[in-house]
Amino acid sequence: MESFFHQLIQQLINGISLGSIYALIALGYTMVYGIMKLINFAHGDVYMVGAYFGFFATTVLHLSFVPALIVAMIGAGLLGMFIERAAYRPLRDAPKIAVLITAIGVSLLLEYGGMLLVTPQPRTFPKVFEAVTYNIGGIVVNSQQIVILVVSILLMVILTYVVNRTMIGKAMRAASFDMDAARLMGINVDQVVSFTFGIGSALAGAGGVLVGVYYNSIDPLMGIMPGLKAFVAAVLGGIGIIPGAMIGGVILGVIEALVSGFISSTFRDAAAFGILILILLFKPSGILGKNVREKV
Amino acid sequence: MVTKKFKKVLALFAVAALTASLTAGCGGQSSNEIKLGANLEMTGSNATFGQSATNGAKLAIKQVNAKGGVLGKQLSLVVADNKSEAAEAANAMQKLITQDKALAIIAPIASSSVIAGAQVNMDNKVLAISPTASNPNVTVDPTTGKVRDFLFRAAFIDPFQGSVMANFATKSLNGKTAAIYIDNSSDYAKGLGKFFKETFEKNGGQVAIEEAYLAKDTDFKATLTKIKAANPDVLFVPGYYQEVGMIVKQAREMGLMMPILGGDGWDSAKLPEIAGAQALNNTFFANHYSPDDNSPAIKTFVEAYKQEYGQTPDAFAALSYDATMMVIEAIKRANSEDTVKIKDELAKTKDYAAVSGTITLNEMHDAVKSAVIIEMKDGKQTFKEKINP
Repeated sequence: MESFFHQLIQQLINGISLGSIYALIALGYTMVYGIMKLINFAHGDVYMVGAYFGFFATTVLHLSFVPALIVAMIGAGLLGMFIERAAYRPLRDAPKIAVLITAIGVSLLLEYGGMLLVTPQPRTFPKVFEAVTYNIGGIVVNSQQIVILVVSILLMVILTYVVNRTMIGKAMRAASFDMDAARLMGINVDQVVSFTFGIGSALAGAGGVLVGVYYNSIDPLMGIMPGLKAFVAAVLGGIGIIPGAMIGGVILGVIEALVSGFISSTFRDAAAFGILILILLFKPSGILGKNVREKV
Repeated sequence: MVTKKFKKVLALFAVAALTASLTAGCGGQSSNEIKLGANLEMTGSNATFGQSATNGAKLAIKQVNAKGGVLGKQLSLVVADNKSEAAEAANAMQKLITQDKALAIIAPIASSSVIAGAQVNMDNKVLAISPTASNPNVTVDPTTGKVRDFLFRAAFIDPFQGSVMANFATKSLNGKTAAIYIDNSSDYAKGLGKFFKETFEKNGGQVAIEEAYLAKDTDFKATLTKIKAANPDVLFVPGYYQEVGMIVKQAREMGLMMPILGGDGWDSAKLPEIAGAQALNNTFFANHYSPDDNSPAIKTFVEAYKQEYGQTPDAFAALSYDATMMVIEAIKRANSEDTVKIKDELAKTKDYAAVSGTITLNEMHDAVKSAVIIEMKDGKQTFKEKINP
């Protein structure tokens, strides 16, 4: 029995560190969806580009962890704003399906363009800080897991502050509520959307660097699976709702760890996407979502 | 009206261009050159394997050309990248045979990729020899149980490799219980896992836990936690270096300090980069050859390779060199550019003194030869012991 609890606690720790990365990526999905009602499929690839920014910042510019993280966030943020400006803004009044297909196109462009630029070979992320393992009564915690958790929480707190306490955050909430009314109130909606993409992408970029440091290996297709999982996390928590993305991410990470730990690791991905199907069947609006009737 | 006319002219040009390119494609083998193809992992997750193998094949061809080539002609190598993916490997095989008109193909490193392209070889009657693909199904069709006539390998097969590691685990490491952690998307890993288990249990050992992952996974901690709870004496991870590196790293972080064993999929300079030199201590894997081996054939090869590429050849380079040489010998013996005759001669290879040991191809087209066990010490491969078939 004792060993079971040991394992359970260890799996919870494994799951939370994995889940906080899903949460960081899910935030970008949710913010963009909240404002534009667009599922930005290129988001997972922005996360990949963020990891590469971090990689080059540490290997070429010889920056330490925190400056490299900031460089990657700024780089990914600018990329997100550029994608919005170049690919999505011209389609603002086009049917939603057109924008969705564009998003898939941008995603493929980033993946295979990335292969062309940085080669498909996986790269080894340099050691930016020493990984210390703490053994507390048989439970193993790694300093990198702590860093991931702390950085994720810090970024989420900053984000919550920006959204709830600043002018631009107020504008974002207004635009998410009703874009046309917000425009009538004198809010520069284009600017708000651009800002949203910037913030969301910066968070994904941070996630990319954290993953690079944690798993030690990055490649141009690394964004596909985490991107999909983060999308599941966003839907699980209630898409468009910021705290929902955080909760959804952590829950998904923990479920994956528990499934691979107590059932079988081969069922892990099946469980993640099975959850998506269940949510869509029983509570399409997600854990924190309210049922809103679509205006017809 | 003008535009309509213009379109017609354009269409005519297009048809002409197409016909021209089609007939050009039928040109085939130029008279003073013999083309060999290489369908290898130049990019993707097994890229270091394919690049080493290409270097090995190129060195063999260069040496033979320097001595006057074969059948009075110079050899050339056409390399097609299969991107470490099975579907791409079948495409690359098609291209090498139908477009490049290669006489024989150096087949992919990964068993799954060789199997994916096998039908193309059979249909076109052009042989493919894989330097290292070690799954039995590469040369034997599992549905009919018949040998695939045009498929060969220069390597020993998984049953041998799996049982070598199982014997090593029980005899040299004194292991009583084992955990097996395989790559579920790879025929190679599944084969090794199966044969390791058979031999290990025959030796009186017990497989405490069997787990699986998928290629491109990055987080193994949940499963490793489970393996840790089972507390086996040895952990067998017969995957490829990309995931194995992360597994070894994460296992050591989780406090799994037992010996970790693997197969030839570990042989890459990337492994210490990913796992870290420290974490790799107390790990062992089966391989086809070791550059530290003192046999004269290996010494000559290692020197020639170092001179050409400035690095120590890994097993993929050595086996690909051997495979290419075996094909060239077969062409010489066949004394013809008939692909079926070349295949027949290759199948007769017996006691061929190759770099990686003396190779005899058995009736299943598998190489019968010795294996070595490599120990990782501070990130470096060291020669541990040699095991004969």
